[in-house]
Amino acid sequence: MSIAWFLAVSAIVFALGAVGVIIRRNPLVVLLCLELMLNGGNLALIAFSRMWGNGDGQVLALIVMTVAACEVCIGLGMIVAIYRRRLPIDVDELRELQG
Amino acid sequence: MSATTFGWLVLLFPLLGTLVIGFGFRVLPGRTAGWIGTAAIGLAFVASLGALIKLQGNAPAHRELTSSLWNYAVTVGIDAHVSILVDPLSVYMILVVTGISTMIHLYSVSYLEEDRGFARYFAYLNFFVFSMLLLVLAGNFLLLIVGWAFVGAASYLLISFWYRRTTATRAGIKAFVINVVGDVGLVLGTYFIFKHTGTLEFLAVFKAAPHVFHSGEADITAGCLLLLVGAAAKSAQIPLHTWLPDAMEGPTPVSALIHAATMVTAGVYLIARMHTLFELAPAAQDTGAVIGALTLLIAGTIALVQTDIKRVIAYSTMSQIGYMIMGVSVGAYAAGLFHLMTHAFFKALLFMGAGSIIGAMGGEQSLEKMGGFRKALPFTFACFMIGGLALSGIPPFSGFFSKDEILLVTAERGGWHWVLYAMGYLGAFLTAIYTFRMIFRAFYGDPVAEARELEGGHLYHAEVPTNPANGEVEDTDVGFPGPHHTVAERALPMRVAMSVLAVGAVGAGLVQVPGVDDVVVNFLRPTFATSPLYEPHTRDGLLIFGLCLGTVLGLSGIAIAYRIWVREPAIAVRARERFGAVYELLWHKWYFDEAIDLLVVRPAAAAGRFARDTFERVFVDGTLIGGTTGIVRAGSAAVRAVQSGFLRYYAALLLLGVGALGLYFLLQS
Repeated sequence: MSIAWFLAVSAIVFALGAVGVIIRRNPLVVLLCLELMLNGGNLALIAFSRMWGNGDGQVLALIVMTVAACEVCIGLGMIVAIYRRRLPIDVDELRELQG
Repeated sequence: MSATTFGWLVLLFPLLGTLVIGFGFRVLPGRTAGWIGTAAIGLAFVASLGALIKLQGNAPAHRELTSSLWNYAVTVGIDAHVSILVDPLSVYMILVVTGISTMIHLYSVSYLEEDRGFARYFAYLNFFVFSMLLLVLAGNFLLLIVGWAFVGAASYLLISFWYRRTTATRAGIKAFVINVVGDVGLVLGTYFIFKHTGTLEFLAVFKAAPHVFHSGEADITAGCLLLLVGAAAKSAQIPLHTWLPDAMEGPTPVSALIHAATMVTAGVYLIARMHTLFELAPAAQDTGAVIGALTLLIAGTIALVQTDIKRVIAYSTMSQIGYMIMGVSVGAYAAGLFHLMTHAFFKALLFMGAGSIIGAMGGEQSLEKMGGFRKALPFTFACFMIGGLALSGIPPFSGFFSKDEILLVTAERGGWHWVLYAMGYLGAFLTAIYTFRMIFRAFYGDPVAEARELEGGHLYHAEVPTNPANGEVEDTDVGFPGPHHTVAERALPMRVAMSVLAVGAVGAGLVQVPGVDDVVVNFLRPTFATSPLYEPHTRDGLLIFGLCLGTVLGLSGIAIAYRIWVREPAIAVRARERFGAVYELLWHKWYFDEAIDLLVVRPAAAAGRFARDTFERVFVDGTLIGGTTGIVRAGSAAVRAVQSGFLRYYAALLLLGVGALGLYFLLQS
């Protein structure tokens, strides 16, 4: 199979995630979409790794997964904290950091 | 101990006095501060005598000693040591300064006894003397400038001593500002000299000057003229004299100190000290001589009509300093400095006498309200008479010898100096008239109420103290004169001080009788060894003529004063009506204050207002500061708009940015 197929799937997954991040307002869904983007990137890494025939890309993918796990931890923690404070679960409403 | 060690001691004692009184004023009981101050200056006088004896022990060629405590700023091109120069001139000056100042301190102990600022007064007074001693002992230009500026600051503190009087604070500011003009002149003049000689040390400068400067060269002339500006400001010479009469707002002993010992003589000293340089700049010398001659005449005429007793004496000081400045400018160094000493005696005495009368008048200073104090104040009258006779140059009082000697040397220069000679004698004539006008109006005539009260044994005190200058009602708390006035007849320290000065006013002239003993000339010779003008080629005929002329003019001045103000007081009134315009001119002091106001103060104020309204407000505030803040504000507003707080918007921007970057690199490759 040509590498182009793998990359096409990876790009589609990444684009779906990106669109989700931009259009959705629920932070939980935004977080899921971020996960999608990361995994789209992972797919590309593993495809390239297979193409070159060595494990470098796979190592990198494992690191990305670790980072993604950390990120989900913090993200979910924040969402729980927001919920507990009875703040709206909506990224457009949470904009105290405007300049 | 060497002469220079004594020189350092002369500086140390007044400085210690200042510090002890200045920091200990809360714990010093009663009059202690006054006695400490007097003792400090007295010790300085003893140390001066020590320096004199040690110096006279050296051979005449080795009487210029320098001593450096430490290097202040010594590097390439600058040699600023903290050093003193002990030579006959500086020893002469410290003797006069400490001797007269001791007496003035002693007088002040009684005179300001009840003043709430007693300790502060003595701290300032000691500082004043210290500054003056630093000025005359300085061994280089740097220390001279430091002492010069200290004297100005100390005079400000003392003129404004009664700081709740607006007239006094204004007079203090005026004195300070005019003195700063002189300071600037001194510093710039020093620069012109330093630029060529490359050293600040006096002896090195004087040694190098004849080699690096040609006589009459532009730079040395400019330098000496600027030094002359400094001398004129300190010594109250025209046109920088207007601070001196106003300085009468200070306590009377301060006036005595400023006039006799510490301040106005600084200009005379400066020119005498820089004689090597001035002789290379004949234009500056001539300017100094003309300024001195003009000052002595103008001040003499103003003194004829003033009614404030202290101001009359102040104008007489201006006039006498005019003689000295003229003297040291034409080369009559010894005569000018001799007059400085005799003048110090009789002028301090006159001020002390005036202080006594003012005490008897309950603080009032106007001659219009005085009269007939002869019986009420016999001791003051005797002292004032001695001072007046010495000031008028009547033989054998001290002023007789010194004034005529200045004029004799002036005449010896020949040419147009004869004009100065004539002006000097005209001034001497005026001196006798205004001095005795003052004496006759204060001591002769019918006794006023205050005098009669004093004859009855009671010292007059005003029910409500007022400011004699503008009649404002005062209290007697700190910042105003104390509740109790005193007269010399009732205070022993004042009597002692005045007696000593009276002896000096009578006898000081005898140390320098021309052709007989010449003590001053011989003593000062080592300092002026290189000066071609120093040795007077006394023409005996002219000398005798001058002495006789001085006597005749003095006596006839006294006679005229007697006729106008004792025999027929109506003459004065008639003369005032007849010569109304002249009277107005003199009463307004030749309109110098008004002229300076018009020519300097108002243009400066207008320029300041213009600069504030246009340059400051429009250019600096509007364009520079407003422009900068405007740019920063506009830029930050644009950046702030991006920071909307919408998370999705940030994410979209991020993606767009990464996409754009990726596209760019794709297109590049």
